[in-house]
Amino acid sequence: MTSIMIDMFLLGLLVFIAVMILRTGKLFAVIVMSGGYSLTSAAIFVNLDAVDVAFTEAAVGAGISTVLFLAAMSFLPAEEKAASKSDSTFSRTLIASIVCVVAGGLLVFAALDLPAFGNPNAPAHMHVAPRYLEESGALLHIPNVVTTVLASYRGFDTLGETIVVFTAGLGVLMLLAGATRTRRPDAAQSTATSTARGKAKKGAAK
Amino acid sequence: MKNNPVFRVAAKILFAPIILFGLYVQFHGDFGPGGGFQAGVIIAAAFILHGLVFGLDQGRRLVSARVNLWVMAIGVLIYGGVGVVSLFQGGLFLDYTALTGSVGSGQHIGIILVELGVGVTVTSVMLALFHAFAGFVEDHS
Repeated sequence: MTSIMIDMFLLGLLVFIAVMILRTGKLFAVIVMSGGYSLTSAAIFVNLDAVDVAFTEAAVGAGISTVLFLAAMSFLPAEEKAASKSDSTFSRTLIASIVCVVAGGLLVFAALDLPAFGNPNAPAHMHVAPRYLEESGALLHIPNVVTTVLASYRGFDTLGETIVVFTAGLGVLMLLAGATRTRRPDAAQSTATSTARGKAKKGAAK
Repeated sequence: MKNNPVFRVAAKILFAPIILFGLYVQFHGDFGPGGGFQAGVIIAAAFILHGLVFGLDQGRRLVSARVNLWVMAIGVLIYGGVGVVSLFQGGLFLDYTALTGSVGSGQHIGIILVELGVGVTVTSVMLALFHAFAGFVEDHS
């Protein structure tokens, strides 16, 4: 009972934060509230006994993403551009809300078919999960099943994930840091060497 | 933030404990929640805090971009290397039991090394992203 009440409170909080994010036009507030949204989701995951997921959500979603968004914010104007009056905002809002209601309705309709939370006969619990839960401790001698699935049973997946993180990092560096490298030589290589050279030139001129 | 003594002192006090907690999460993944992804993010957070408080130049002096690029690749190589070593030991790719021949120690060593690779890559990628984003405007103005 308390668990359900906590869930309802947290879900209400999520909706509240989501509405607040939509209402505000300030980018800084949006980013900080997205961090709060992630933290609330992490609390929900804890309540669902998915501690590993909650940990990741709190560290990545609420922590690093917020900081990275704030760092990326420096590219952008701080406030939302005011909608120009010439656009027919009413029809736009109408179309947007129709799309939202239809898509949301379809999602709710699909969710009705999902097995109930904790249902032992759900397909997710029938396939390989029982084997992991029952045998992994005795077979691999590692108490945390999440880690054995992540690193041992699904080692290839995690290798792929690591490579994805690596590739994503390389991609961003090529886009952003690569630009600085091409610009560096003509601007000022490093202030120390350029001033030293300047002094040397002045000395030569004298 | 550079000249605010509260931020400076707080960052100095927090830096080591954050890294210590990250290492705990990293190497305790076998027994509790945690692992390379979370630990990498936490350790990167310590360096990002340092960069935020003491300025980007200080942060780049602490971890240079060139070294960071190598570290990114080294993490993936650690992970793949474990697989290759298990191949040479006569097992399958990423078959940790083949590393030492026994299930208990092999799986432990394999998972710890693999998670270490994940952690190293995630730490350096997060730090690289932060430096790239935060430094872009500074470098281009």
